[in-house]
Amino acid sequence: MEKIKESGTATRKISKAIIYIVCISLALLSILPFWIMFVNATRSTPEIQSGISLLPSTHMMSNLRVLLDKSFDPLQGFMNSLIISSSATICTVYFSSLAAYGLVTYSWKLQKPFFTFILCVMMVPSQASAIGFYQFMYKLHWTNSFWPLILPAIAAPAVVFFMRQYLLATLSIEIVEASRVDGSGEFFTFNRIILPLMMPAVATQAIFAFVANWNNLFMPLILLTQKEKYTMPIMVSLLRGDIYKMEFGSIYMGLALTALPLFVVYFLLSRYIIAGVALGGVKE
Amino acid sequence: MRRKGVNYSKYGYIFTFPFVLAFLIFSLYPILYTAVIGFTDMQGLIPKPIHILDDPFANFKQLIFENPSFRKSLINTGWLWIVNFVPQILLALLLTAWFTNRRLNIKGQGIFKVLLYMPNIITASTIAVLFSTLFAYPMGPVNSLFQTLGWTDGPIFFLQDKTTARGIVAFIQFWMWYGNTMIILIAGVMGINPALFESAAIDGANGFQTFFRITLPSLRTILLFTLITSMIGGLTMFDIPQLFLAGGPDDSTLTTSMFIYGQAFKGSYMYNRAAAASMIMFLIAGVLSACVFYLMRDRDAGRLKKAEKKNRKAAQAATVQGGATYGKN
Repeated sequence: MEKIKESGTATRKISKAIIYIVCISLALLSILPFWIMFVNATRSTPEIQSGISLLPSTHMMSNLRVLLDKSFDPLQGFMNSLIISSSATICTVYFSSLAAYGLVTYSWKLQKPFFTFILCVMMVPSQASAIGFYQFMYKLHWTNSFWPLILPAIAAPAVVFFMRQYLLATLSIEIVEASRVDGSGEFFTFNRIILPLMMPAVATQAIFAFVANWNNLFMPLILLTQKEKYTMPIMVSLLRGDIYKMEFGSIYMGLALTALPLFVVYFLLSRYIIAGVALGGVKE
Repeated sequence: MRRKGVNYSKYGYIFTFPFVLAFLIFSLYPILYTAVIGFTDMQGLIPKPIHILDDPFANFKQLIFENPSFRKSLINTGWLWIVNFVPQILLALLLTAWFTNRRLNIKGQGIFKVLLYMPNIITASTIAVLFSTLFAYPMGPVNSLFQTLGWTDGPIFFLQDKTTARGIVAFIQFWMWYGNTMIILIAGVMGINPALFESAAIDGANGFQTFFRITLPSLRTILLFTLITSMIGGLTMFDIPQLFLAGGPDDSTLTTSMFIYGQAFKGSYMYNRAAAASMIMFLIAGVLSACVFYLMRDRDAGRLKKAEKKNRKAAQAATVQGGATYGKN
């Protein structure tokens, strides 16, 4: 009996060691490409050509200078991305919460059909309508404007769905009724009482909406042709062009600059992001 | 305190109005417009009056029967999706089994989750350009790593070879998404009734048995959901292949989204053909969405039915055995 137990713990120890080795290797696989990116951003091109290194060097400023000399303006791209992403995020979370609240609180004739409709259009990819969207915006003279990247965010079916599930689980109709008795209007009730109650869900969805908008390449690439309107992901595509052909140090620098804001956001908010991913998948 | 005079139902319409309006203008109209363009002769940079073609389906026929590039893009998209999804779901399941096994009690799960999910949050464009730089020829980090480890004698031109290039694109997709899938699956396991695991442990089930007999069947809906969302995501794959090699070498990493983009916005201005391709993509996505819709709607109804059946069975058993089985379910 004793022996069986011992061999059991031994095999468990071995399998645990294997598991840790696999997990640590995977974690290294996640880190390594980015590590090389940040390290190579500080190395000169000859150094990069001569081999791999995991320790930073001293050429950060010269790489940055080469990068900025060639009409790569990360600050402009950062500001454009920031304007588009934050405006689109606000539109998404506010109007989705509003629609979800309308869907949950009031009983109206089209309540059920509206929810069915949300489920139907949740998965429609934006690429499918891109040609018509572009032609439409072209006729409105809205290419090279930020509006077509911001206003469509008002209709985010998946977010409405998520908010509805959240409200169904948390909202008690007594709160709404109590505020009605106090004489508050419906919009006031929503803005001042319900929206603060929904903050956990709003924050989660805001993070994901922001990141999705920030990383979006397809739509901005189609719509924005003027250099001063470029967003971060389009600026990244410039790094692949001929102007940086052999300047590896500055290519890595450009990549590092575009990734840096996301790393900062991720490590500040990682706990909420992971929780949000988990929540989004369960969808109960 | 009943005030029946006030009818609040109009607020349902008012509160959902912005959503509906934005949807009609920015989603529905463009989709219908795209569909119409697919039947027309809209081409060229300078707008001119457009006409419905004599054979309205000419663009579609051309794409499906005569356009090897489009066919190739569909096959590539499917290939890239399968080669990234199968290992992704397998690894995610394996990690889920390890992380949720209480007997193993893996430490540091929080940090592992944070690190394995990390590539998912970084801009795909940045990752695509980063990988194409890492695999640079003749001297890139991967080449020097391989030579340092003695795996190769000379530098390898990875991005010249079709299979390698495709494999790397699929690997990037896999690497970006398995953490996401894993977190969703772990959350799914956490949602399973713990009593099931306890009774399995009492009955002496080992880790394998518990995983295959309890965890996996309970995860069925979530697995299906992951499958379908991943299929739709894979169908619209654009950023990585576009910025990794712009479709090359020899169109081996050309996806459907890139085909649409290339037809309309890269000099040839074939809006009608691009629109027809979009519609084909839309139809495929529509079929997949229908599956999601069916899945999500049917779940509650199915569960209700099952519970009813169970109750009926329990009632029957109770009457037959005189309450001997009472309390077991």
